[in-house]
Amino acid sequence: MERSRDQGERFDDAKGLTVALRELGVVTPPPSLVPGVLVGTGLADGYWPEETAIGRVFVAYGAAGVVAVQHEEAASAFDAWFRGRFGRRAVAAPPRATLARSVRARLAGERAAPPPFDLRAVRPFQRAVLEAAATIPRGEVRPYAWIAREIGRPGAVRAVGTALAHNPVPLLMPCHRVVRADGRLGEYVFGTGAKRALLTAEGVDIAGIEQRGRTGQPLSGSDTTRIFCYPTCRHARRTAPEHLVRFASAPVARAAGYRPCLVCRPVEAG
Amino acid sequence: MSAATKVERTRITVASSDAEGAELAARLALDLDGVFEEVVVAYQSRIYGFALRLLANPADAEEIAQDAFVRAYRALQGYPVERIATLRLRPWLYQIAVNLARNRHRHRGRRPSELALVDENGRERAFPAGEGDDPMAALERAEGAAALAGTIAALPARYRAAVVLRHVEGLSYAEVAAVLDQPVGTAKANVHRGVTLLRAALAEPGR
Ligand SMILES: [Zn+2]
Repeated sequence: MERSRDQGERFDDAKGLTVALRELGVVTPPPSLVPGVLVGTGLADGYWPEETAIGRVFVAYGAAGVVAVQHEEAASAFDAWFRGRFGRRAVAAPPRATLARSVRARLAGERAAPPPFDLRAVRPFQRAVLEAAATIPRGEVRPYAWIAREIGRPGAVRAVGTALAHNPVPLLMPCHRVVRADGRLGEYVFGTGAKRALLTAEGVDIAGIEQRGRTGQPLSGSDTTRIFCYPTCRHARRTAPEHLVRFASAPVARAAGYRPCLVCRPVEAG
Repeated sequence: MSAATKVERTRITVASSDAEGAELAARLALDLDGVFEEVVVAYQSRIYGFALRLLANPADAEEIAQDAFVRAYRALQGYPVERIATLRLRPWLYQIAVNLARNRHRHRGRRPSELALVDENGRERAFPAGEGDDPMAALERAEGAAALAGTIAALPARYRAAVVLRHVEGLSYAEVAAVLDQPVGTAKANVHRGVTLLRAALAEPGR
């Protein structure tokens, strides 16, 4: 009661109320407002940080979806990288909840629909390469020649390597699951160490793959089904050790009376 | 700082921002993409504050303000240069915001909540303490402001927008009328009626 009388007095005279009303106009807008407008208008892309198996990455997005993923510790370093690569600005701005959710699910390796991408800057060949890589299940790897064959360009193995090395959305489009035919991991946008860490986190037997590469037996078969596979294919991993046979190449396996797996579809050469 | 000094200062800011607005519009007409961010920076406090006083909810106010600027940008993309150059940016932005706030109310049918007037620390979110205020005075001012903001938010929509534009945002009656797309007489009557209702509500015993 005491206070309400004070307030009544305060707002009683016309001037008191006018002053109080005008003071209500002095507000500080949230810092996310300007970045939100810039992203909403398309004048800038937005970005936010995520913690992953290989450390902090920044995820950049526009109105249509994710534009880039880059492995950086500091936002300032990401700003510079983004401007250099895309020739436009990115501003720190939290994404819509749905986009954040689907990106996080994908980064965590959950079986979830991929987030929407904005790959306007990506040429059709590279896009086809990335989409083929995205079909490789978590915990499995395929050689570069497999991607080339999958996209109908079996001779373009080297170009596939280049396209993967310039993947703008690593982790979300899993280019780390493509390795060399000789069992070595090969290059990676974020470095070979990161590639090893990611595949290890996904449960890939890297030592086994490297060893098979060194001994020249990159393919696995089962003497009960007479089917041959890439060794990380879920069918090959189910094969009991006593039934496991190894092959140097698809022609060798065929000559032994084996047929290629319909799931992992090993390439004829390489 | 006395309240009177504060009002004086606010008036000066508003006046100079009108002059700046004309200059900004002229540059915007020549380089929409290059200058639009300056428009957002220049008017974000006004449009956010306006939305906050209409909706009494910081999250809703941010959404409305953001949406208003995005819609403004899209509209400007379709405007001829002469139209942008002569646009009175501030009233025009208020107009976009008031329409968005109105549609939002219509769709959601929700009333602003008084709880939303305080921030996560329980302080009246948008109310700055004056320099040199002693803590008790600041607290009383904050409580008074929260009560006032809650009372405004409870006004019928027709009066609420008119009162906020005239007395919180400091527009002239002609500008209020233009923003609300009403005859000046109607705008004036709505402001007066709104203030009368406000004063009656604040004087109510047991508040
Ligand atoms: Zn297989």
